[in-house]
Amino acid sequence: MNKAARGSLLGIEHLDGDEILKLLKTARRMNPSKSRPLLRGKRVVLLFYEPSTRTRTSFEIAAKTMGAATVLVQSSGSSIEKGESLLDTGYTLRAVGADVIVIRHPNAGAPHLLAANLDIPVVNAGDGMHEHPSQALLDAYTILRHKKSLEGLKAAIIGDIYHSRVARSACHLLSKFGVQITLCGPPELVPEIAATLATGIRVTRQLEEAVRGVDVIMLLRVQKERLVGKKIELDTYISRYQMTPERLKLAKRDAIVMHPGPIIRGFELTGEVADCPQSVIVEEVASGVPVRMAILARAAAGKI
Amino acid sequence: MKAQPQRSLLITGGRVVDPASRIDAFMDVLLADGKVAEIAPPKRIRGGADENLNARGLVVAPGFIDLHVHLREPGQSYKETIASGTTAAAVGGFTSVCCMPNTNPFVDSAEWVKWLRLPERGAVVNVFPIAAATLQSKGTELTDFHTLQRAGAVAITDDGKPILNDRVMREALRLSAELQLPVIQHAEDTRLTEHCSMNEGATAFRLGLRGMPVSAEAAIVERDVQIAEATGGRLHVAHLSTAEALKSVRRAKRAKTRVTCEVTPHHFTLTDENVNEYDANCKMNPPLRSSADLEAILVALADGTVDAIATDHAPHARHEKQMEFERAPFGITGLETALGLAITQLHRERKIPLSRIVELFTSGPARVVDLRGRGTLALGSPADVTIFDPKKRWTFDAAKSKSKSRNTPFDRWQLTGKVMATIVRGKVVIRSE
Repeated sequence: MNKAARGSLLGIEHLDGDEILKLLKTARRMNPSKSRPLLRGKRVVLLFYEPSTRTRTSFEIAAKTMGAATVLVQSSGSSIEKGESLLDTGYTLRAVGADVIVIRHPNAGAPHLLAANLDIPVVNAGDGMHEHPSQALLDAYTILRHKKSLEGLKAAIIGDIYHSRVARSACHLLSKFGVQITLCGPPELVPEIAATLATGIRVTRQLEEAVRGVDVIMLLRVQKERLVGKKIELDTYISRYQMTPERLKLAKRDAIVMHPGPIIRGFELTGEVADCPQSVIVEEVASGVPVRMAILARAAAGKI
Repeated sequence: MKAQPQRSLLITGGRVVDPASRIDAFMDVLLADGKVAEIAPPKRIRGGADENLNARGLVVAPGFIDLHVHLREPGQSYKETIASGTTAAAVGGFTSVCCMPNTNPFVDSAEWVKWLRLPERGAVVNVFPIAAATLQSKGTELTDFHTLQRAGAVAITDDGKPILNDRVMREALRLSAELQLPVIQHAEDTRLTEHCSMNEGATAFRLGLRGMPVSAEAAIVERDVQIAEATGGRLHVAHLSTAEALKSVRRAKRAKTRVTCEVTPHHFTLTDENVNEYDANCKMNPPLRSSADLEAILVALADGTVDAIATDHAPHARHEKQMEFERAPFGITGLETALGLAITQLHRERKIPLSRIVELFTSGPARVVDLRGRGTLALGSPADVTIFDPKKRWTFDAAKSKSKSRNTPFDRWQLTGKVMATIVRGKVVIRSE
């Protein structure tokens, strides 16, 4: 396989810390309410094989704010429905003049396949259970609006880690900056092997133990649509792992509560937690635009 | 076909390694009338021959036998044909291949078994069909073993998937005992491997891929061993890949149950970490396993637990492998790299004697499927001979493969040990300089 084109963003795992900091710095310079024509004349194709609200709209707004033309291609209503392969779709989009392809795909590694066979940058907007790098970057961006630096922080990630590309990308990113990460959930959703993903990660089944004294709490939705043969007892899950105001008190007083969305009130968190002052869930969505502007600027320029 | 006059061929100066005859010595070998006519210390064979082959510095071994290849005919000739697949086999030193029945249609009738052996298929080496164990390999209704056997099937299997149903497997092994026909099992509890595309473990977790647990293989092998014990049937475990399953095979062998097993070159060379960033040429079933499994396999290859090295040669077209990893088909080609990998990984790295490696390619597999007279250079045996240079270093170039497909993880690999000549029924079919 060939190397991905410069400016591609396939995952956090192989991105070094400096590049992450550069992207975050660029994001802070981006002002979503003021258009900056960095991408004037560029065509950004949003190739979405899976439904998405947040990621798709924020990539689209980011691209348009920078003056790019955007085209949305979805699996339904395109040749994908007729059985066109991912690579052939990629070649077609390249031929019509795409400068950057942003891809969301249900299969892990799909962006890598595309990037290895195209000479234009490919941005991973979520691939199966693998990675969701723009989400990890916007989470880091959000954390840094509340904390001076990532170094020395303690984070708890609670819920469906196994099926979560958000969790994998977050673990890689936070680990690169020495954050102590505790993963918490039932064995079906948080296998012991998860601790091998990066350095500084441990697994616990006790929510109280996971949350005590942390700076960042990240909650994840149980992805029922990906539970193949795995059964999760709703009541048991709620009693053990739901984030409640009482449990939140175990964290540091200034701890922030994060969630990549969509949230299910009354399942992984109570409505009170979702709406409490420590919750930055809505802010994360807002962070999505400048961070994705930075990602697209890097992609279009081949460098920042 | 025109009857050709049988020519004689004298192989001189080579080191004859024939484990079945307990020979490992410098000998000359005379092939005549399609048989091994004489074997004697250097320069003792009188009378000369029509043709001479100088094997100085080379190993002269019985023709290699591959118990597990997918020749893709009938029905998928865009991936491979019997002609192209057997040419690749000859390049790899195999004089006999046993082909799997999961074609389109399945080889589940005597007609298809015979079809595979027709001269118009253009086979370059001997082809021994393995027939489907159940109709269309659906796992429910057994095929007619006796008729298939009479048509030329050397074993039965539903390879590609397992015979999962206990009752069907019991009946298959009962018939196996009666007919002395081996049942080859692709040991995978598919209830545990739904949507899985690689081995369960740290790499699968990192890549966000669902992993096949070791128990999916081990549980089926253990069950099958118990049924083989009870019925006296002949069980052969295909492409064994886990330390756990090896334990069952070891126990069965100690109890003198008729259980055999094969291991592929990729399972004794690579681990699941080689999947790296979604390399579909490292996607096969069973999947590449952990380094602990690989270690256990190396031990079992050395100590005699493993009966044969089989390639599980599984060609796929380029566009099929160039898909999302989870959607790409399982399988890699393997005929042309098997010996090089065996010598490089087993002989050079692990100091497994050459005679043991030759056994794993010859008398070992011959015993599994009763290819009588094959897998040895004993007088009167079919004149199938593989001549190789155990020291030659070479680079495998997939682009030059004789297979129609290129799906191999070993492209550009430096290997030691190369096939120099392959002789089938006394005729040199492949010669390398």
